[in-house]
Amino acid sequence: MATDPRRKPEAARGAAASRSPWRQQAESYLNHHRKVARDSAARLWRNPVASSMTWAVMGVALALPVALLLLLTSLEGVSAGWESSARVTAYLELELPEDRARELREEIASDGRVTEVELVSRDQALAEFRTSSGLKEALDYLDDNPLPHTLLITPEQGARSQAGVEGLVSFIQAMNGVERVQVDLGWLQRLNAMTDLLARAVWALSLLLAAAVVLVIGNTVRLSIESRRDEILVAKLVGGTDAFVRRPFLYTGAWFGLGGGVVAFILLQLSLWWLSGPIERLAGLYRSEFMLNGLNVDGALALIIVAMLLGWLGAWVAVKRHLDDIEPGEIAGG
Amino acid sequence: MIEFRQVTKRYDSDHTALRQVNFGLDRGELAFLTGHSGAGKSTLLKLIMVMERPSAGELIVGGQVLNRLPRRQIPYIRRHIGVVFQNHQLLFDRTVYDNVAMPLEVMGSSPRDTGRRVRAALDKVGLLSKEKMNPMQLSGGEQQRVGIARAVVNKPPVLLADEPTGNLDPALSADIMNLFGQFSQVGVTVLIATHDIALINEMGRRTLTLDHGRLIAGGQPFAGGASGH
Repeated sequence: MATDPRRKPEAARGAAASRSPWRQQAESYLNHHRKVARDSAARLWRNPVASSMTWAVMGVALALPVALLLLLTSLEGVSAGWESSARVTAYLELELPEDRARELREEIASDGRVTEVELVSRDQALAEFRTSSGLKEALDYLDDNPLPHTLLITPEQGARSQAGVEGLVSFIQAMNGVERVQVDLGWLQRLNAMTDLLARAVWALSLLLAAAVVLVIGNTVRLSIESRRDEILVAKLVGGTDAFVRRPFLYTGAWFGLGGGVVAFILLQLSLWWLSGPIERLAGLYRSEFMLNGLNVDGALALIIVAMLLGWLGAWVAVKRHLDDIEPGEIAGG
Repeated sequence: MIEFRQVTKRYDSDHTALRQVNFGLDRGELAFLTGHSGAGKSTLLKLIMVMERPSAGELIVGGQVLNRLPRRQIPYIRRHIGVVFQNHQLLFDRTVYDNVAMPLEVMGSSPRDTGRRVRAALDKVGLLSKEKMNPMQLSGGEQQRVGIARAVVNKPPVLLADEPTGNLDPALSADIMNLFGQFSQVGVTVLIATHDIALINEMGRRTLTLDHGRLIAGGQPFAGGASGH
């Protein structure tokens, strides 16, 4: 840090630090970081009311998008669950003999993506249709059975995604003797489209709120820069680099972020606890396995780290904007 | 150590603070800078501190031309220049010790080294016993001495002082001037801006006199970095 690339020969005696080995330099650099980190944390602690207000604002702004994200992942879990009911129906060609239909069944059943294949022969189908449709008399007028053999295919767990099912469909479609393959994914696609839309909305909201957090921290740090004006002036006067002068404020921003992240986490857990009862009842009424998942340890850590980064970024914005304005020029009066 | 070559500082078209100032100060030289108020004393000091840049001419401190020094190099230049202000610019939110330690802190010196040097500087100005006090508890003369300790704690080759005795009574002023004399004896180039004529006469040192931005006395030909005393 203190090594001056253009050190003057006369200055050598005045700069013992620049002669010390780099190890010692690195050590004192780290020491300084530790000291500044501690010092800026202590400053926040000394103004508990102002600091906790900032933390609360940050917490609310962060909790909102995270709550929506959690809701979204829970919804995606639901749609994944419902995908298990997705069944592929393959209608075989009308003239296909039953032996050939059985062969096809074997062939499809041997595919890794399929757990079960049920063959519904045309006679069986007609009989079922007769009983279930109430068109008994109408069917009697027909000379031939109009229904083909049908295969009911249940995809394997891993193939139950939309892409997996589509792959399976095109595979069966390509087989000889298959007339038409049908899969009722329409409602699933609609649900997916809705969750996609919701996801975008959540991300947009997250971006806006992240920007708000950056601005709030930026403003708070700006005030802190103003209140430490003298210190900044003196630091610049005695040869503090920009990085040196910036450092305490960047730490301040990061600490604001840490507090904000923790507040957001607490808010999330509280509202989850408050909502869990009604959600369980509602899900029970729908016989759904829907569950609103809370944050796990990784998620909580990620939330706090993102909050700290946002705080740091906000401080950076303020520092960039205001620190250059403070130049020691005005100290030495007329 | 310090060399002004035809240095002009113009703030705007109708205000020229310094006009073609020429002078040189050698290592270990102690000089006064005087002149009526508004004559350009502070501007001259600010130029050395790189708080301002010359409009024309060349300014060399410690062998470095400051005119076109990149902005990010400025801190490293300032580490080699100690400055004492009339209003001492001490921070009242920390102890005397921490105030004096600031120049070392920005250089990233080790705590052990810092302790040793701060105590040496405080000892030099006779305030070793007050290191734990807040500067607010000290008298004006003592505060000024803390300011001097801070200016010399990292042993800069150049020491500037802007009206260092402005608020002090004659006895205290003489004390402080004595200190400056001692620093120059160990090779520090000292430049003191003051209009305390009595004090200047008493010291009998080289005096640079500014009048409306012109150097009218004491501006001897460049001493140059090489010519010694």
